[in-house]
Amino acid sequence: MASVRVWQRCSGLLLSRTVLSVPVPNQRLRLILRGSTPLLLSEQSRLRAFALSHAAGQNESGPSSPTANRLVPNRALTEPLPVLEDLDGAPPLSPFEELSEEEAVQIVATPPLPPVSTSLRDYVAQSETLSALVQLGVNLSKLDHRPNVGSMLLRLDLQQVQERLLFLRDLGLQDSDLGPLITRNPFILTETLENLRARVSYLQSRRFSVEAVGSMVRRAPYLLNFSVQRLDNRLGFLQKELGLSPHKTRDIVTRLPRLVCGSLEPVKENLRVYELELGFRPNEIQHIVTRIPKLLTANKRRLTETFDYIHNTMAVPHMLIVKFPQVLNTSLLRIKERHLFLQHLGKAQYDPTLPGYISLDQLAALPDPAFCAQLAAASLEDFELFQKML
Amino acid sequence: MRVPVSWLFQRLDGLFAVYKPPGVHWKLVRDTVEANVLKALNSVPPPAPQQQVKFIPSSTQGLDGSTELTLTATSVPALVDHPLVKGPQFHKVRVGVGHRLDALSSGILVLAVGQGNKWLTGLQSSHVTRDYTLEGEFGKATEDFSHTGRLIERSTYDHITRDNLERLLAVMQGANHKALLLYSNVDLCSQEAYELAVKGSLLPQEKSPPILTGLRCLHFQPPKFTLEVQCVNETQRFLRKLVHEVGLELRSTAHCTGVRRIRDGPFTLKDALTHKHWTLPAITEAIKQSRSAWKKQAAKDSSSLRTPQTQNKQEDHTSNGASAAVPD
Repeated sequence: MASVRVWQRCSGLLLSRTVLSVPVPNQRLRLILRGSTPLLLSEQSRLRAFALSHAAGQNESGPSSPTANRLVPNRALTEPLPVLEDLDGAPPLSPFEELSEEEAVQIVATPPLPPVSTSLRDYVAQSETLSALVQLGVNLSKLDHRPNVGSMLLRLDLQQVQERLLFLRDLGLQDSDLGPLITRNPFILTETLENLRARVSYLQSRRFSVEAVGSMVRRAPYLLNFSVQRLDNRLGFLQKELGLSPHKTRDIVTRLPRLVCGSLEPVKENLRVYELELGFRPNEIQHIVTRIPKLLTANKRRLTETFDYIHNTMAVPHMLIVKFPQVLNTSLLRIKERHLFLQHLGKAQYDPTLPGYISLDQLAALPDPAFCAQLAAASLEDFELFQKML
Repeated sequence: MRVPVSWLFQRLDGLFAVYKPPGVHWKLVRDTVEANVLKALNSVPPPAPQQQVKFIPSSTQGLDGSTELTLTATSVPALVDHPLVKGPQFHKVRVGVGHRLDALSSGILVLAVGQGNKWLTGLQSSHVTRDYTLEGEFGKATEDFSHTGRLIERSTYDHITRDNLERLLAVMQGANHKALLLYSNVDLCSQEAYELAVKGSLLPQEKSPPILTGLRCLHFQPPKFTLEVQCVNETQRFLRKLVHEVGLELRSTAHCTGVRRIRDGPFTLKDALTHKHWTLPAITEAIKQSRSAWKKQAAKDSSSLRTPQTQNKQEDHTSNGASAAVPD
């Protein structure tokens, strides 16, 4: 009854969410899967006695019918019953086998594994690989929500996982980095070692140092899942679009490795936005990008809004923005509040040639208390009151 | 000492006010608050994992050479309850939003957490008044009455004086007062209506169009002017349109450059949290304060017992604002 209900629930879930399918790891589990409830030792021996008597009954009825005798001659005595035969081909536990006390004690009756589930939680206790991953610091609850990851992890071999982890360790990653890395990219565990080695050696042939490759893999875990061909294309694209020297491109990619892993279309679009909408010259764009690579992946709309406010409302020329590109990366609300507060105090003066100059860098980067103390020369409470006046 | 998470949750039930900056959608405000609260709640260490009993068999050699089997029971923490396997303890906190503010306007936005959502409906159905300041500018009219809309008309505004403006505002308020009497569902000739009017708590009892209960000019320096408005059932678009109509009535044009809510029912600017303070400790503190103010007000109401109509705090609270605004 219970199993029927479980099955119904599972099939309901099957329709609604991604479902993990379980490869059954070993024979013991397979045996247990057949029973619907965990068996205690005494129950198991009782079951065996029942199976014995059942077999004997069949044996007795056998000789009385000649057909049965012809079809299965003496089979029931020597071999297990066809009913009990394991369909998966594993050698079954023979009902006639004598169990020693010692063996009987060692039989562990674990609760049956659900054949399908929406969460890895059900398998953690009985899967060596999963428990090892948890000990490593992989967040399985996050991986639950991703399609295909659960069944992939359950099929993994512990040996295979160990090899990949040792490979990553050799790249210079710390033990504490491995858990978060696999949480973000579990598929690195399914890549073949030759591929991984080939990609690392490709990056090294492009003159990325060993430490650089390690830190890039740490910050952009999907880097090693790209084939050598794709990596080459992407690096080539970046160098061509930015028009930078190989050394500078390498520097940018090392500082922002997700540039290589993400979509390249936004990067292209952002470069057009800088050139056409915001009116920067090519060399200015290169300067901005080498200072703050993150601006290549920034949101277009946010970028234009921020630039519009800085350039048109605060009247800051292009030249100064190029000098302090991090203002483009700051939230518009923050800049607006601070600018209006300074304006209210009569201190909004962003021209370096005049006295009372306030650098954009400080305006954007300083935390609130330091901003109030150093730039505005006002108390934090005043600033908060001013925020409620907007 | 570790604070149980259930305590944190109980302390969170209630209402509080945040200050919504201009240019931010109210939904973003709500989501930020929810995310911050959830993050803080989930950072509390989880309860101790369940212990799992395991039997470890061991065999010992007996004195007469026979082996003895013993099962030792040990309990280990179950891996199923590991925080990395189980995931965060909380996935959702119910955060509700009171009367909305659109993206362009700023000011007090009332949020409710947990059980506070029930009180929020009470607050909404009690038709409390809200205070706004409206920044207007003469000379231009735009399509959506705000400064960001498409410009449709320009005009001169030299002929407008403060006197003109104030006279117009008085007329508008008079018209609104009539509407208020109409929608308040009391017989004008009754004692009840008299008492309510004296207290200033004459408010629409059910659905009504937006009604201004108070309107005055705070600041006049052409082309800019500032109005202070008390109203019920309003939208920010209605208020912008009000500024537009003020411009038209004065034989000029005007558009609204800012709508700022400075009071929503009992919540004033003083206890609103700015966006730096949308954190769990600050929110808990604000909720505690609003609860104690609520209780104090309820006690005051029950002790006075003069007006049977005044059921809760908001109605009574609005009387201060409304009485100042409604002329006798």
